[in-house]
Amino acid sequence: MNEEIKSLTISVYTENNIGLLNRISAIFQRRHINIESLTTSQSEIDGVNRFVIVVNVTETNAIKIVKQIEKQVETIKAYCHTDEETIFTESCMFKIKSDLLFDEPQIQNIIKESDSNIVTVNKEFFVLEKSGRRNEIESLRRDLNVFGIMQFVRSGRIAVTKDEMKITEMLSAFNNQ
Amino acid sequence: MKTQTINTKQEVAEKTQRISGSEAIVRSLMAEGVDILYGYPGGAIMPVYDELYKFQDKIHHVLTRHEQGAAHAAQGYARISGKVGVAMATSGPGATNLITGIADAQIDSTPLVCITGQVPSHLLGSDAFQETDIVGISTPVTKWNCQVTKSEDIPEAIAKAFYIARSGRPGPVLVDITKDAQFGELDFKYEKCKGVRSYYPVPKTSQASINAAAELINNAKKPMIVWGQGVILGQAEEELKAVIEKAGIPAAWTILGASALPTSHPLNIGMVGMHGNYAPNKLTNECDVLIAIGMRFDDRVTGSLDTYAKQAKIIHFDIDPAEIDKNVKTDVAVLGNSKESLAMLFDALNENTHESWLQEFKNLYTIEFEKVIKNDLHPTKEGLTMGEVLKQINIESKGNAAIVSDVGQHQMIACRYSDFNITKSNITSGGLGTMGFALPAAIGAKMAAPEREVVAIIGDGGYQMNIQELGTIFQQKAAVKIVVLNNEFLGMVRQWQQLFFDKRYASTEMTNPNFVAIAEGYYIKARKVIKREELADAVKEMMTSKESYFLEVCVEKEDNVFPMIPSGASVSDIRLS
Ligand SMILES: Cc1ncc(C[n+]2csc(CCOP(=O)(O)OP(=O)(O)O)c2C)c(N)n1
Ligand SMILES: [Mg+2]
Repeated sequence: MNEEIKSLTISVYTENNIGLLNRISAIFQRRHINIESLTTSQSEIDGVNRFVIVVNVTETNAIKIVKQIEKQVETIKAYCHTDEETIFTESCMFKIKSDLLFDEPQIQNIIKESDSNIVTVNKEFFVLEKSGRRNEIESLRRDLNVFGIMQFVRSGRIAVTKDEMKITEMLSAFNNQ
Repeated sequence: MKTQTINTKQEVAEKTQRISGSEAIVRSLMAEGVDILYGYPGGAIMPVYDELYKFQDKIHHVLTRHEQGAAHAAQGYARISGKVGVAMATSGPGATNLITGIADAQIDSTPLVCITGQVPSHLLGSDAFQETDIVGISTPVTKWNCQVTKSEDIPEAIAKAFYIARSGRPGPVLVDITKDAQFGELDFKYEKCKGVRSYYPVPKTSQASINAAAELINNAKKPMIVWGQGVILGQAEEELKAVIEKAGIPAAWTILGASALPTSHPLNIGMVGMHGNYAPNKLTNECDVLIAIGMRFDDRVTGSLDTYAKQAKIIHFDIDPAEIDKNVKTDVAVLGNSKESLAMLFDALNENTHESWLQEFKNLYTIEFEKVIKNDLHPTKEGLTMGEVLKQINIESKGNAAIVSDVGQHQMIACRYSDFNITKSNITSGGLGTMGFALPAAIGAKMAAPEREVVAIIGDGGYQMNIQELGTIFQQKAAVKIVVLNNEFLGMVRQWQQLFFDKRYASTEMTNPNFVAIAEGYYIKARKVIKREELADAVKEMMTSKESYFLEVCVEKEDNVFPMIPSGASVSDIRLS
């Protein structure tokens, strides 16, 4: 019974509650599951938060985790999806010396080809922003690393699912109770 | 508060009044029907105690001698009554002392509301005197918790706390209230909570799942039921009995399921698990359909999962979807409240009997009787056994007592041999195995059900973990009967040392104090039994006493509890010696 370990995206709709992040992360910690990334933001519904959590686990374990998350009083609904079932992206920023923009003509090409945007430029540095898949971001980082990067930061994954979530329906069912 | 809840105005709601936060706490408790709570005062909760003083004719605060005692007493209260137990403590050490009881309630699904005082909100995060992040600390061991920093949020927080503690799969809830919120004023109006938007406590039972379960059961040749506390929490004792009798299914129980069906019932085949009965453990691996009802396949029940009931179709009834497939993969899951789902199952079942299958249980019982039970209950050796003490208690109680056991060998003996006629009568720390549970839990049980005989069965080790609660028993005149089965050892650990560590008795032997003198120091009537001839009379004297009574029985020092499934072994490999 060696089930395959996959990259899975757990999406959680929750009430906007201070303690909930702790409760949710504890579910992973107790089971020694490393969280690859976790982001939380406003969802499409006012006052409802959405977590996007990426983990590498078997599907069986992911389902158990989803149930444990749903068991939390302030969780509205949790789902687990494979990469194929979601549309996902990450974003990143590079801070680079401005001189390089002029001294190294290659950099201009890299920026153009990588589909990244210059957010700001001043005398000392410029900031480059890109969103995309991990491998694109990584290849951009490798390319720029040759010239020297002052700062690099990458966000966790955000994802929307191809299928419907029906959270609004669940919440209106409560309101009509 | 941010979460949307449904609240209904109480019928007898007092009209809006301007009162202090601390008075609002007490009034909210009273609106929830609380008449007893257990706790311990201190700086950050003093305003509430001041209000409790004013309302003392309406709500009885029991001063325990340790906050752990308060939490366990509230648990005992909840376990025997089915109502929410309430414990209260001050900030810092008061709050942290509650944690063991809260963790125990969490794993045993006991409804508790714990209220803790907290430093004033402007000091939060400043390492103030007696500040501790109790919301953070209690998060992994509560069903829900929150901190209240504004007086006007108090009634809603308490309403939500009670609703969450008691609904669905019950559990402990903690509300931490800053001192400024206690001092501040609010317009008080109490509305009971009837729902929380993001919380679905009772999943609907699908008829399809019932039909699938009934089909498996109706076609089974060797069906077996294992029920747990879910039957008691769902008040489904009658429905369980009806199902068992209609389909003629042998039924076993987990430690927390004990007493839901009388032990004398002909289809009651005993306890499963590490020190459970021989037949239901062995035949778990022989049945063709295993029907689990309100139980969670704890490792102490299943032993090795790789060899657990692999031949059987598994049907799992539970209110908590997270339990389904958590440990054992099910063929049919029936979600919902056990009272409703078992009633639906009853309608779908055929009348049946399984005489030859039931006979297999009886045959194995005979083996267990010859090898184990006979020696436990009718010993011929000189030393007293724990089992014969329980036998005497059964004779006197006629199976009508509530038995509150601590943790260790005596607990297993108490659960194995107690006769139970009445539900909610086996009060013990199952999931957490908390030594020190029984003495305070017995106080709570006795106060919740003064008409019941409450007998605490405790080891000499665990007794000394909360022995200070003798003071509470004395002050409250709680007529608890206390039996200490003294083997001068941390017996259960010593048993493992004997069996698995070549008898290296590391730190398990105890030189004990004069327990009778200690009880007498608290003005509790006390007696010590050393010889078999004195036992019957002493037990009778204890059981007929109108007041609390302490009985120490010196038992054989190195007796072991059998049967036993060594940890990690298969239920089939249960040992009789
Ligand atoms: C708080 C706590 N600490 C440690 C243990 C581990 N433990 C389990 S049983 C046991 C021995 C209990 O001894 P005693 O109370 O004398 O009961 P006996 O087994 O002798 O009947 C111990 C130490 C525990 N269950 N709880
Ligand atoms: Mg002992």
